Amino acid sequence: MTTFLDTLFNGLALGAVYALVALGFVIIFKASGVMNFAHGSLLLLGGYLTAVLHDDLGFAGALAVAVLVTAAVAGAMDRFLLRAGGTDPHAAHVQTIVTIGVDIVILTDLSRRIGGDLLSLGDPWGDSVSGLGPVTVADSRIAAIVVSTVVIAGVFALFRYTSWGLSLRASAEDVEAAALMGVRLVRIRTLAWCLAGALAALAAVFLAAFPAPGLERTTGQIALKAFPAAILGGMASPPGALAGSLLIGLTEALVAGYQSDLHILGEGFGDVAPYAVMVLVLLVRPTGLFGGKAAVRV
Amino acid sequence: MSERLSRARAVRLGWTFAAVTVLCALPFYLDAFWLRIGLFSMAAAVGAVGLGLLTGTAGQLSLGHAFFLAVGAYGYVWLAGEPGPGLPTAVAAVLAVLLAGAAGGLFSPVAGRVRGIYLGVATLALVFLGHHVLLTADSVTGGFNGRSVPPLEVGGFSFSSDSDLTLLGVPFGAEERLWYLGLALFAVTWFTACGLLRGRPGRALVALRDSETAAAVMGVDVSRYRSAAFVVSSMYAGLAGVMLALAFRRVVPDYFGLVLSVDYLAMIVIGGLGSVAGATAGAVFVTALPLLMTRYADQLPLVAAPGTTDGAVGPTEAARYLYGAAIVLTLLFAPDGLHGLVRRLRARLRHRLTAPPPADTASPSQPPTSAVRAKEPTP
Repeated sequence: MTTFLDTLFNGLALGAVYALVALGFVIIFKASGVMNFAHGSLLLLGGYLTAVLHDDLGFAGALAVAVLVTAAVAGAMDRFLLRAGGTDPHAAHVQTIVTIGVDIVILTDLSRRIGGDLLSLGDPWGDSVSGLGPVTVADSRIAAIVVSTVVIAGVFALFRYTSWGLSLRASAEDVEAAALMGVRLVRIRTLAWCLAGALAALAAVFLAAFPAPGLERTTGQIALKAFPAAILGGMASPPGALAGSLLIGLTEALVAGYQSDLHILGEGFGDVAPYAVMVLVLLVRPTGLFGGKAAVRV
Repeated sequence: MSERLSRARAVRLGWTFAAVTVLCALPFYLDAFWLRIGLFSMAAAVGAVGLGLLTGTAGQLSLGHAFFLAVGAYGYVWLAGEPGPGLPTAVAAVLAVLLAGAAGGLFSPVAGRVRGIYLGVATLALVFLGHHVLLTADSVTGGFNGRSVPPLEVGGFSFSSDSDLTLLGVPFGAEERLWYLGLALFAVTWFTACGLLRGRPGRALVALRDSETAAAVMGVDVSRYRSAAFVVSSMYAGLAGVMLALAFRRVVPDYFGLVLSVDYLAMIVIGGLGSVAGATAGAVFVTALPLLMTRYADQLPLVAAPGTTDGAVGPTEAARYLYGAAIVLTLLFAPDGLHGLVRRLRARLRHRLTAPPPADTASPSQPPTSAVRAKEPTP
């Protein structure tokens, strides 16, 4: 039973972090129709900046700088590099490939700097643990859940109550109508990229915190698991991304926790289990759990 | 009119003949390094043409190409190899291609229903699940260390360096022999893909890409064509996998990862979506660029020699930087890919030849919106 609760809690914490990344994917996709392959390197950039700066600025200061810089890089990427193709229907394809190019450049540079090291992010939780009923859990995991919940609630409030959120939803619904209503598409889009970058930088902190050994150059690959999370929920639906992330986190933790009972599937199946779940869900619901059926006009 | 057409045809035939002659003559002049680049490029071109059919023509985003390449490569190795049936290698190669097609067919319940970016990520799952299987199914795949590839043998002629063969004073090793095999297979790919695209299936797929509902109304069986596009594209990928396996002489699971899939996607977008020539050009670009850069990076400024202190930019890293930058820059300045770039240059040139006086004001007759270009019948 304790093992089960333990695993469940791990899954929740993991899911909360995936949610930060997946939400970023969804926001970018909603705003620009681009699948951002550079998300992993943005995440790594955020983590790297926090790791390098925390000696001088303290953890909070370093994190703030990292979040701002990552947001700026993501915004700059959109502004300067993702103009290829303009409004052509193929443009999203082309821009998706441009993000691959950007990813290669950023990732090469960060891998060169990080090398084989494990960087500590200097987070305040360290390796302390708390008792929560029958299970002991790492403080960093509790922090991950709390912070993700607060931040995600904040992002949803942004969508719901600010004029930027309204504009974003409007332009995701119908680009032309939104433009005719005076929505500044370019600005909305760039802000969406900034927000996604900031979320990725924040996620990096929890991915490198205690149970994990620290920030390494492969940390960014975790962003790939946010793809199924975003897809599971339905790519155009932020609440769906949340549900998908929790499902992915729980699946991964449960499969890893009960690996000895599942040895027939091979070692390390926990890492790929999210994808298996995703394919099964897509077979039943081709647009994700929360994706609506779009009406098609000819 | 017909006279002009036949003249254009003659010119085209002349160019094709010249290209074939040059390609056939190359092994007599180039060393193994360049021939290997050529082999990898030809294999990549076959795979890219397949992905181009699926993603460029039929509009189905696929990130799973590496999986089908792996099925082809491992299928060949297992079918022809020692732990395995040990079939004659030529039979094994054909069966491996069919196996990859079958794998694509098995995925059709998903491919026929799931669309757009969902399909992209669903196929991403194939890569990860496939990689997991390659690592764990030791008896078939050899696990982490992979397996060595038995050389292909057709009618007693072996595509390897085992037997001595000298042609016109040039020793013919594995690279030289595989070069001609690659050329032949690439020619087959080129003509079948062009034929497919020009004929009824190609038109149906383009109609599907532009509007699924409209295509269905016109009598295109939507899910059948979607699945068929997947199967055909997987078979090309399988063939590319066999060619890669023969060129590498060893298959390892880590090669067939997400990076490979993404490389293929980059190939067809850089080349220009929806064209066979574009996919080929993109394949050569993406394959040859990193190899050339790794080889010549140490002659660039600011690049340290390999194995010096960490922190400096080594040749491998310099190659990666340039590769990433090349992708970004190519697409910034030619969003419709190399194929579109060539077409625009040719249109401009022709315009200048036929109507010289107003040079700039009316010159690019090509409209800026490539939505118009996208609707053209794809060659």
